Amino acid sequence: MDKFTVLTAIAAPLPEANIDTDKIIPARFLKTTKRSGLGVHAFDGMRYNQDGSEKPDFVLNREPYRKAGILITHDNLGCGSSREHAPWALLDFGISCVIAPSFADIFFNNCFKNGILPIRLPREICDALMDDARLGANGRLTVDLERQVVVRPDGEEIAFEIDPLRKRLLLEGLDDIGQTLQHAGAISTFEAARARHQPWQPRIVID
Amino acid sequence: MAARTLFDKIWDSHVVERLEDGTAILYIDRHLVHEVTSPQAFEGLRISGRRLRRPDATIAVVDHNVPTSDRTLPIEEPESRNQIETLERNVREFGVPYFPLLSERQGIVHVVGPEQGISLPGMTIVCGDSHTSTHGAMGALAFGIGTSEVEHVMATQTLLQKPALNMKVVVEGTLGAGVTAKDVMLAIIGTIGTAGGTGYVIEFAGSTIRGLDMAGRMTICNMSIEAGARAGLVAPDETTFEYVRGRPFAPQGEAFEQAVAYWKTLVGDEDAQYDKIVELRAEDIPPVLTWGTSPETVIPVSGTVPDPAAETDGAKRAQLQRMLDYMGLEAGQKIAGVPVDVVFIGSCTNSRIEDLRSAAAIVAGRHVAAGVRAMVVPGSGIVKAQAEREGLDRVFLDAGFEWREAGCSMCLGMNPDRLTPGQRCASTSNRNFEGRQGPGGRTHLLSPAMAAAAAVTGHLTDVRELI
Ligand code: SF4
Repeated sequence: MDKFTVLTAIAAPLPEANIDTDKIIPARFLKTTKRSGLGVHAFDGMRYNQDGSEKPDFVLNREPYRKAGILITHDNLGCGSSREHAPWALLDFGISCVIAPSFADIFFNNCFKNGILPIRLPREICDALMDDARLGANGRLTVDLERQVVVRPDGEEIAFEIDPLRKRLLLEGLDDIGQTLQHAGAISTFEAARARHQPWQPRIVID
Repeated sequence: MAARTLFDKIWDSHVVERLEDGTAILYIDRHLVHEVTSPQAFEGLRISGRRLRRPDATIAVVDHNVPTSDRTLPIEEPESRNQIETLERNVREFGVPYFPLLSERQGIVHVVGPEQGISLPGMTIVCGDSHTSTHGAMGALAFGIGTSEVEHVMATQTLLQKPALNMKVVVEGTLGAGVTAKDVMLAIIGTIGTAGGTGYVIEFAGSTIRGLDMAGRMTICNMSIEAGARAGLVAPDETTFEYVRGRPFAPQGEAFEQAVAYWKTLVGDEDAQYDKIVELRAEDIPPVLTWGTSPETVIPVSGTVPDPAAETDGAKRAQLQRMLDYMGLEAGQKIAGVPVDVVFIGSCTNSRIEDLRSAAAIVAGRHVAAGVRAMVVPGSGIVKAQAEREGLDRVFLDAGFEWREAGCSMCLGMNPDRLTPGQRCASTSNRNFEGRQGPGGRTHLLSPAMAAAAAVTGHLTDVRELI
């Protein structure tokens, strides 16, 4: 996982609520067995016509947003299916920060686990940032994770909250498994205690 | 100790360790694995040279993109075949118990778990699929996880989690004729909205819920995720214990009795505090369905499609209009009578034997309307065999339904069963998002009985007119 420290990028405004993971990456593209390569299918239904040609109005089909690194939306981003292909598709497209007034739980978690920073900011601020984003290349935003601020093109800084553990993992580009395995002893102790107290707990064995 | 909810009790009994910031290392009892969200997790294990910590707490099954037609033929879509073959390679390499495609025990993972006695009360159960909430009907804490977490569970048998807030949804009273668990759950989602449960685990309670069989409780818990909740659960009771008794992977004999003694402690304390309580009356719930492209767009079957002009918030108005356009409906139109092209009875929400019986009761003696394609996709090979023993397959086939093999099928259109642009489908599944059942497809979510009614009349119909 790449470290997330400071990101300065073009931001794409997508002023819609309830953008579900089917919209971010439709189920028919989930047939890969790798994490990469989904970027071309990101937002497929919104981005392409039935014949595969691009819908010229869709923000990610327009310059300079084809190179967007930040996405700003309205409420409840990432609702629906828990598929992690959604953050993979965003990341593969080049988006590593998403900003919205609220997120669906699983999507929010999945972002962190893949090195994407999801930022919750009030609706008015999201709208103001979308106005910045509409300036295109002149409206680049900077996201400074260490300092927990989004810097607007005019230099104004907007603070955001983030869980300290998640912040550290993102900054260091650390994966959770290594972290947890440092507690392997506690896991073994827990398993042994359960085997004593609940001996009836069945194991799954198929001959 | 402070009074605790059912969720608190299950949570507390699985905390291995609490980290400084309140995150818990939570022990996982059951990990259900399928072909779509696991390949990258197995790949991760392989790259880092890790093994599965508890293969004996893991079960793998293929469901999402398996063909539901003749299984003895090779799988046509190369990518589907690749995912299925990849899973088969992975379960062999990592020693994971597996129900293969041609096994009778194969089926949708959320049907198979409870049916096999793999999902049990009091457990923590996870799967790389959001509808894992289904297993909460057993009185378990069950939730969907992403692929990184799938890998985390494989390697450590734990997850890093923060506790959720507690919500209780209480439904009291007696359901009217033609009203099912699906209608109750759609009504709940229509009431609290698709974000109403965000951050919560919902406990479903009240006499109506207590009166449901396990299939009905699974339908309710299944769609907790459509209400935004992390999980849904129902306290285990005699209905649960009787359901579990004798299931292949459940404790047997003396062990079963010990287990029941423990499971009986799994109820919320009398004075436990909930962060939010929602109450509904069963008598107020008619047969319902969705008209739009969000599961919260629930209206009674006797109702009309809303008019965006009545919405004051501009963004919401635009969204409603977009839904109307996508769904090919007019503001103010009566929903009953809208013609359908396809009827899909299946999915982890409604593909159990009880669901098929309820649909068959409407279909018996009738015929699928001209021009309608109707299909039944049982949730598992076991459900299919049971239905065939009861003669339900004949009821459906004689009426002109297709009778398919078990899998997710048209719920998400990953296999060849999908809608074509503009087609309208009465579906017993759980999601009606744009393109969910195929690009441009239009989905109305409803109960198996209502789906059957739409099949035989050719349009969205109040099932009460047929009983
Ligand atoms: S039936 Fe549908 S909702 Fe259920 S697991 Fe399969 S794809 Fe997901």
